[in-house]
Amino acid sequence: MCSSLETGMSKAWQALVLLALPACALAAQPVHYAYGTTPTAAQVKGWDVDVFPDGEGLPPGQGTVAQGEPLYEARCSACHGLFGEGVAKFPNLNNSSLDDLKATPPVKTIGNYWPYAPKIFDYIRRAMPFPMPGSLTDEETYAITAYLLNLNNLVGSDFVADAQTLAKVQMPNRNGLIVNDLKPDTHAKRCMKGCAAGSALEVKTNAKDLKGLTPPTTGPADGK
Amino acid sequence: MATQTERDTREILKAVEGAAGQLPSAERRQFLRKALTAGAGTFAGAAFAGLSIAHAADVPASAGSKYPPGLPPWSRTLGPGVDWQPYGMPVKYQADVIRRQVAWLTQSPQASVNFSPLQHLNGTITPNGLFFCRYHSGCAQINPAEHRLLIHGMVERPLLLTMDDLMRYPAVSRTHFVECAANGAMEWKRAQLDSLQYTHGMLSCAEWTGVMLSTLLDQVGVKKGAKWLLIEGADGAKMARSIPLWKGLDDCILAYSQNGEALRAEQGYPVRAVIPGFEGNMNIKWVRRIKVSDRPWYTREETSEYTELRPDGKALAFDFYEDAKSVITFPCPEVPPQHGKGLYEIRGLAWSGRGKIKAVDVSFDGGANWRPAQLQGPVLTKSLTRFTVPWQWDGGPALLASRALDETGYVQPTIDELRAVRGDRGVYHNNSIQVWQVTAEGKVHNVQLA
Repeated sequence: MCSSLETGMSKAWQALVLLALPACALAAQPVHYAYGTTPTAAQVKGWDVDVFPDGEGLPPGQGTVAQGEPLYEARCSACHGLFGEGVAKFPNLNNSSLDDLKATPPVKTIGNYWPYAPKIFDYIRRAMPFPMPGSLTDEETYAITAYLLNLNNLVGSDFVADAQTLAKVQMPNRNGLIVNDLKPDTHAKRCMKGCAAGSALEVKTNAKDLKGLTPPTTGPADGK
Repeated sequence: MATQTERDTREILKAVEGAAGQLPSAERRQFLRKALTAGAGTFAGAAFAGLSIAHAADVPASAGSKYPPGLPPWSRTLGPGVDWQPYGMPVKYQADVIRRQVAWLTQSPQASVNFSPLQHLNGTITPNGLFFCRYHSGCAQINPAEHRLLIHGMVERPLLLTMDDLMRYPAVSRTHFVECAANGAMEWKRAQLDSLQYTHGMLSCAEWTGVMLSTLLDQVGVKKGAKWLLIEGADGAKMARSIPLWKGLDDCILAYSQNGEALRAEQGYPVRAVIPGFEGNMNIKWVRRIKVSDRPWYTREETSEYTELRPDGKALAFDFYEDAKSVITFPCPEVPPQHGKGLYEIRGLAWSGRGKIKAVDVSFDGGANWRPAQLQGPVLTKSLTRFTVPWQWDGGPALLASRALDETGYVQPTIDELRAVRGDRGVYHNNSIQVWQVTAEGKVHNVQLA
């Protein structure tokens, strides 16, 4: 880009530009645009809500299992059920073990699948209750987190959740995640002739056999 | 049949002509001009189609037919003016071409997904009103004047931007697809949904305009040791994902425009992240915050969701890439071959999260033999590429399939090859070869050969 710019200019202009504004050097270095403002500490604090797996980012405050029970019943049980069993297709928050991860279909809940307890606090504070996210205080969020951990038999009924204790809870699936190396995991070959034969070319399952499963693709949305 | 308006128009025209006939020629012309202008003004207010040019006596008998040699009504009337639709909408005959959801998949439409009608889309760009949507706390609707973007964490100069500030930075326009990691999720165990829209419609593609994330990271000065970014939305879910810093410095865009106009609310207005080639969930909408750190956050969407359970109970996390994939969009269950045996053009889409599509092969026999398809250019990186191949259908049963290859050499696998690695209890990243069964009756069904 720099060279094409220069070839389009007379020698005199090139000399001027090089003196006043070294265009190529400028393009190579980051430009400081000075747009926007520097946030205040209070502005950052208000939005800096993320919590790391080790508990960094958890706020001051605490909550007990006993405090969490009535809060859970009032604010969470309509969707998640009185015992965390999940209403309809809302998520189950209870009754699961590592073996349930090998079942078909697998049962994945905060108790058997979530690897870090501080992230339960993070998620509730971030996104719950579903119809009114952000409506719980930090203390209430700690209390509900404590109650849910107790419901999953991961802490005793005297557990007090806070920034220190949550980080120490041993979640069953703490070592259950494998971090991907971002390389493809299949290595198919490009075959062009005689690539499959016999039963490999026979239909094993046909979606047309599952009556009533596929929603309509004509007419109003939702078939209403 | 003439409408009441057309009949009224004709009567007025007749009356005007009768009156004009009594006058000398110069005066007649002036009279006609005034009368018709007044008449048109009156009618334009009531019904734009009123001023029929055709005179009842002049209409040939054949005009009753819409087909040659007749003249259809739209060729004999004045259409609406430019003020008819200040924002244009699809014609009423395309009413079936809409995003649709699978209601039984989720409990609430506010935490759900809909599917683009790929069976009716003929380009590589998804119209903005048909771009698939995934919400976690419903669709946030934000006044851009009230939106703020905070960039902080391991940076030299934390920054708070308004939308006006953001739009001052150098802009880029790039075309990229977005595909939900769960596209095809219902097909892991067996062929389930008999539809292109529902098997592949969590896929869309647009030209995005915005600021390179690298430009903003330059501005704030990333500190030594930083390796990850958290991008967080302003929606009720405060949806947040960890993005590797190298990716943020590579090709990510904070986009405020989609296909030339401002983002739709459904796509994250006023600003969303475009993380080319990575799973759709990472393309955070309604972006309010970017935090720089030395480690990832393991958010809910990186542990509970978007991880892949293997047969041994362990799960793969941070599986970002949407690997090479393709699908035949014609014929498909929704749009079968409708003309009996004969020549058809098979059409489809191919894409890869790792770069450009290098080739697409098509099979008419379920994968025994393949032939290369024609790719339609320009072939762009991490974007949709259309392919075509002529098909002489003999009218008998056929098994149509397409297979994409990308510039890294990766070849799209069969469902069998995927299951061998991942089992069949997965949800995410099903990029297997889609097989469509064409029956002798001309129906098309979603089938699996394994």
